[in-house]
Amino acid sequence: MTAAQYVYAIGRELDPAALAALAGLAGIDGAAVGQIAHRHVIAIASAAPSDETALRARLERLDELATLAKAHEAVVAAVAALTVIAPLRLATIYQNEQRVHQMLRHRHDEFDALLDRLAGMVEVGVKLYLDNLSPDRAAPSSSGRAYLQQLSQRHQRRDEDWRNAAAAVQRIDTALAAHALDRSHHRPQPAQLSGAAGHNVLNAAYLIPNRRVTEFAELAQRLATQQPNIHVEVTGPWAPYSFATPDTGDRS
Amino acid sequence: MTPAVAERNVALIDLLDRLLEGGVELTGDLTLAIADVNLVRISLRALICPVEANHDAIDTRRRP
Repeated sequence: MTAAQYVYAIGRELDPAALAALAGLAGIDGAAVGQIAHRHVIAIASAAPSDETALRARLERLDELATLAKAHEAVVAAVAALTVIAPLRLATIYQNEQRVHQMLRHRHDEFDALLDRLAGMVEVGVKLYLDNLSPDRAAPSSSGRAYLQQLSQRHQRRDEDWRNAAAAVQRIDTALAAHALDRSHHRPQPAQLSGAAGHNVLNAAYLIPNRRVTEFAELAQRLATQQPNIHVEVTGPWAPYSFATPDTGDRS
Repeated sequence: MTPAVAERNVALIDLLDRLLEGGVELTGDLTLAIADVNLVRISLRALICPVEANHDAIDTRRRP
């Protein structure tokens, strides 16, 4: 019986040179990374501890979760340089190699289609932030009535700023999506978690051809720079995590 | 918070967006999916603002 298998990604079969490169990879807990193949589709996997309780406890500790996530991403990024892949979600484990093989057999056609779609593609992350909206406090004023009037005007201006910014964000998203094969929205990131300045209003991923990454990142920068009160952060290129499920993306 | 720390944590949050909500979702033999991503996001705060850090260290020191 083989050991439990942690699966990182589904991919296209590797040529001998790529197989040699794969042999040098270390995965989670330093385990050797290998392939499990079925016809033209492979699973990238390494031996994993099979103690579910211990693993669950690890995932619930943030430092351990970060270590696992980085090890997972490191393998995915390395294999993405060797072949077309669809990365898996974190922590997918099978009892043994036979079970992985069985899974590949069952879902071969679906993976085949997914890999065709992802060939030559990467994901670029674009986060848009709102900055410096008008202050919503009125300055001290001589009369109560003047103060209230001023306050109401400032609220109106702030609402208007928000509306304008929201419309601009939507325009940028639409413009970027027009240059992408697909788009996916993640939840905006709270500032207290990301530590970023400004208010994150768009946390999107776009599926684009590998050769157009620089061009696309420049477009995102340019579109955001044209807008007052908005700044952009571009991340990636990533392996196409946000587009690796048969039905991802906004179908809008 | 030093800029270096902030940068690393921003990368981690972007990574977790993808690894916990993206990726091919298969039902493995061990179901280790994180039930509630919100919990993870909230506990990320501990990493970024380590106000209550060194809890364990104190406990360890007190062990005879």
